[in-house]
Amino acid sequence: MKAHRPEAVPIAGGTDVMVAVNFDVLRPSAMIDVSSLPELRAWERSNGTVRLGAGVTYARIVRELGGLDDPALAPLVQASRSVGSPQIRNRGTVGGNLGTASPAGDALPVLACYEADVVLASAERGERRLPLSEYLVGVKRTAAQPDELIAGAEWRVPRGVGSFSKIGTRNAMVIAVAGLCLTLDEDRREVRVALGSVGPTVLRATDAESLAARALSEAGAWDEAAAGLADDVVAEFAERVAGAARPIDDVRGSAAYRRHACRVLAARALRWALSDRSSNGKGA
Amino acid sequence: MLIRARVNGEWREADVWEGSSLLAMLRDGLGLYGSKNACEQGECGSCSVWLDGDVVCSCLVLAAQAEGREVRTVEALSDGSGGGTGRERDLHPVQRAFVDAGAVQCGFCTPGLIVAVTDLLDRDPSPSELEVREALSGNLCRCTGYQKILDAVALAAERRREVSP
Repeated sequence: MKAHRPEAVPIAGGTDVMVAVNFDVLRPSAMIDVSSLPELRAWERSNGTVRLGAGVTYARIVRELGGLDDPALAPLVQASRSVGSPQIRNRGTVGGNLGTASPAGDALPVLACYEADVVLASAERGERRLPLSEYLVGVKRTAAQPDELIAGAEWRVPRGVGSFSKIGTRNAMVIAVAGLCLTLDEDRREVRVALGSVGPTVLRATDAESLAARALSEAGAWDEAAAGLADDVVAEFAERVAGAARPIDDVRGSAAYRRHACRVLAARALRWALSDRSSNGKGA
Repeated sequence: MLIRARVNGEWREADVWEGSSLLAMLRDGLGLYGSKNACEQGECGSCSVWLDGDVVCSCLVLAAQAEGREVRTVEALSDGSGGGTGRERDLHPVQRAFVDAGAVQCGFCTPGLIVAVTDLLDRDPSPSELEVREALSGNLCRCTGYQKILDAVALAAERRREVSP
């Protein structure tokens, strides 16, 4: 259908698309309801990989993936729980975050830390996988072709703890001023940090990542979970995360405030990760 | 376009514009004015209804997406189970609790809140205050009568436990 009518706008939960329709911003000549496609509503975990259908709602992620009790999936569950309100989580989907490609999409920093592939499907060429970093090309711009639908996202689940946190004016129904995901990969001995709402798209803080991974090595912490990091290392890590942000001034917050928020979120997330992995014996 | 859905237990049909929301279909097509139209962007929760058992903002559901599905609106709740008399004889226990707690000021947000509270108490008969606040975080009261609303939820939960402990 999308191949036949490439201009058709796919709609799933409608939490972005219907706002645009209701406000006369969008007048599509056709819409495709993808909300009941069984392939998109499914998720699967096998051989250490998760494939999450584009139509799985945030409420289902909280219930179903949260039910797995895997510390490595906690950041996705936390991000999903922080989306909108119960009404929005009952409708909104990860496919919608990918389709809208707003830098403030809460699931996107998490998928960036997982180094997820976006699965795109077209009638003519079948499925293709694109790393998230190549899929997101700018503010609300993606590398998807007009005849493609978003089938879902796929990633190897790292072994290790992590978290998602964000800053906004209230707990619910907020477009984040800054969002941060941090994950540890105990097998590869990597730390990953991704930022939302502070750049044209999701940003990885690679300088901060390598600093933290190296500091954990030097402290012997990859082998001994109880070993911590000195305060000045955490501060330097937070500084580098803030340095990776490319924020703008807008109605929700100034660039300086956003950068400061990244610094605060980064230090908290690293401390949480250190304490989580020492309390549950090195993560997963 | 003609949309057919099961609304409050009955199959109903409405002829709507292709871009219509479920909310517009309920109000303008089916004359169900209980669900309110305010923000049209999912912020306020005044249009909350159940779609296949999940509470959603009906302004964000394309009417065509409701084709063949089960919709339940606030109107379905007024079944008299709240034990009132006179003009209040049709009330649902949650509606009754809102009246008794004085949780209604201008009343515009009330139907959406009644739906959200009923949904919460059906899932969790004894929610903590934090759980209540989270469950109602998608419903705005611009009279800011939140304390009385929280009182009403506590009252409805308490009465419910008395009836079926």
